[in-house]
Amino acid sequence: MPASPSPSQSPRPPAGKPYQENTEQLQTANPQWQIRVRGLNKTFGPQHVLRGLDLDLERGKINIVIGGSGQGKSVLMKHLMGLLKPDSGHIYVDGQDIVALSDVEMAKLRRKFGMVFQYAALFDSQNVVENIAFPLIERYNLSRDEIMARVRELLKRLDLEGVGGIEQKFPAELSGGQRKRVGLARALIDRPEILLYDEPTTGLDPVATKNVDEMIMQTSHDFGVTSVVISHDMASTFRIADRVSMLYDGKILVTGTAAEVLRAPDRPVREFVEMAGLTVPPPEASA
Amino acid sequence: MSEASTVPAPPRGLGAIGSVLGRPVRSFFGYFGDHALMLWKAMFWLFRRPFRPRLFLEQMEFIGVGSLPIILLVGFFSGAVSAQQTVRALKLFGQERFVGATVGLSLALELAPVFTALMITARAGSGMATELGSMRITEQIDALSTFAVNPIQYLVTPRIMASLVMLPVMTMVFNAIGLIGAYVYAIFVGGVDVGSFIEHFRYLTDPSDYLQGAIKAAVFGVALALAACFQGFNVRGGAKEVGLATTRAVVAGSVSVLIIDFFVGDMLGVIFPFQS
Repeated sequence: MPASPSPSQSPRPPAGKPYQENTEQLQTANPQWQIRVRGLNKTFGPQHVLRGLDLDLERGKINIVIGGSGQGKSVLMKHLMGLLKPDSGHIYVDGQDIVALSDVEMAKLRRKFGMVFQYAALFDSQNVVENIAFPLIERYNLSRDEIMARVRELLKRLDLEGVGGIEQKFPAELSGGQRKRVGLARALIDRPEILLYDEPTTGLDPVATKNVDEMIMQTSHDFGVTSVVISHDMASTFRIADRVSMLYDGKILVTGTAAEVLRAPDRPVREFVEMAGLTVPPPEASA
Repeated sequence: MSEASTVPAPPRGLGAIGSVLGRPVRSFFGYFGDHALMLWKAMFWLFRRPFRPRLFLEQMEFIGVGSLPIILLVGFFSGAVSAQQTVRALKLFGQERFVGATVGLSLALELAPVFTALMITARAGSGMATELGSMRITEQIDALSTFAVNPIQYLVTPRIMASLVMLPVMTMVFNAIGLIGAYVYAIFVGGVDVGSFIEHFRYLTDPSDYLQGAIKAAVFGVALALAACFQGFNVRGGAKEVGLATTRAVVAGSVSVLIIDFFVGDMLGVIFPFQS
């Protein structure tokens, strides 16, 4: 009977890697890859959502994970945040395996993350300032003046300061685009290293979609964060992505730059590209 | 491999009977077990930092002050109606002077805690279930987790504790206004003598009667808030499911109040035996 792999061992090497990766490499902070996912499996009852998923997310870049509905994109996102525990597999954030962390350790590590939810998930009972200040109030013992200074600075940087008295408005009084920006402000207030966006352009008109795309690029540039975007909006993805990974059938089917993914021969990728009406760049364009 | 071989064969004979009978039993214990687990977590997080007193006060305001008008209205008429029926019955024996004591006792032991709990279930319990359900489907509860805030500690613990504290308070308000209603009806409509009403009330009611009512109310408070939080917290789906959860919260809260009333009443009867 073959010996079962020990928990410390990476269960499988990442697809397409030319060398044998060992656990020690994964457990060391890597200058290029901030998040490394290996052999992630998750089932919900009879449904096997993630099937040994491997993924590398590049530090300081815009990493977009695309895929159709029901492919497990949101499940993957919740694993990255530690909101779900996998059945097996590892998620290394700066070399630290978050799967093995206790709730208290995970709570500390979450300070590295900010998350922008699909519909912003602003707290209905709090106004814009209270929503943005929420992480600071909960995590630190700061004075009201310090908190307000941080909130005002962020509102200014995100072009939200003084927009129709937005500070005192409640989420129900905001437009879809404003909600996204306030959600982003709340995610950024504690200066995270990693920003996760869950379907940021869903339900927005083309102009608002373009604005959100610009917001993601500007945030990545200005704040130097690692952006991880879950999306099925192909046009938006190829406008802003530094790195694209396609999730299909619980695994990453293809990963690379936008141009590389556009040229990938796999059928699900081709269908996605054709349905989005995107044109494939010539080989020299990607060089 | 054929499809048939991958599907487990259905149980036969005694196994089939056990499977059929076992399902509702498992479901019953699972339902109560999930409630007990949520209550345990809520109590566990009560004693862990940060304490957030503002959330407790907000919920106390919502459950208590917010329910005051309906408690005053229902309390006054419950007392008046009790006096109306009691006066009518006691007049048959010429004993209407006992109306103050009779209504006072029934208010203290049963009517005030039960009616207060039912009113607060309908008003605040439904509100809690709807609010938490809406927060669940709009990912606000997930958002709390991303900020390393425990959702049970932030949302459930304050509601259960506020309900535990405010139910006895509102029950006492119900008692007071109910007695006023009974007094107004008995004296001004029923023609009962004021001195008899007050004297028999003072002689036959005891602080322990009010204590029993307050204990019952506190238990009802935990039950109704737990039922509401459980239903709201576990919503999956959309607006329709939030509506269904609210309905379930009110039904579960009301039914549990009436069932608990029987058992707690029996236990309190042993602890506080009736003294004539």
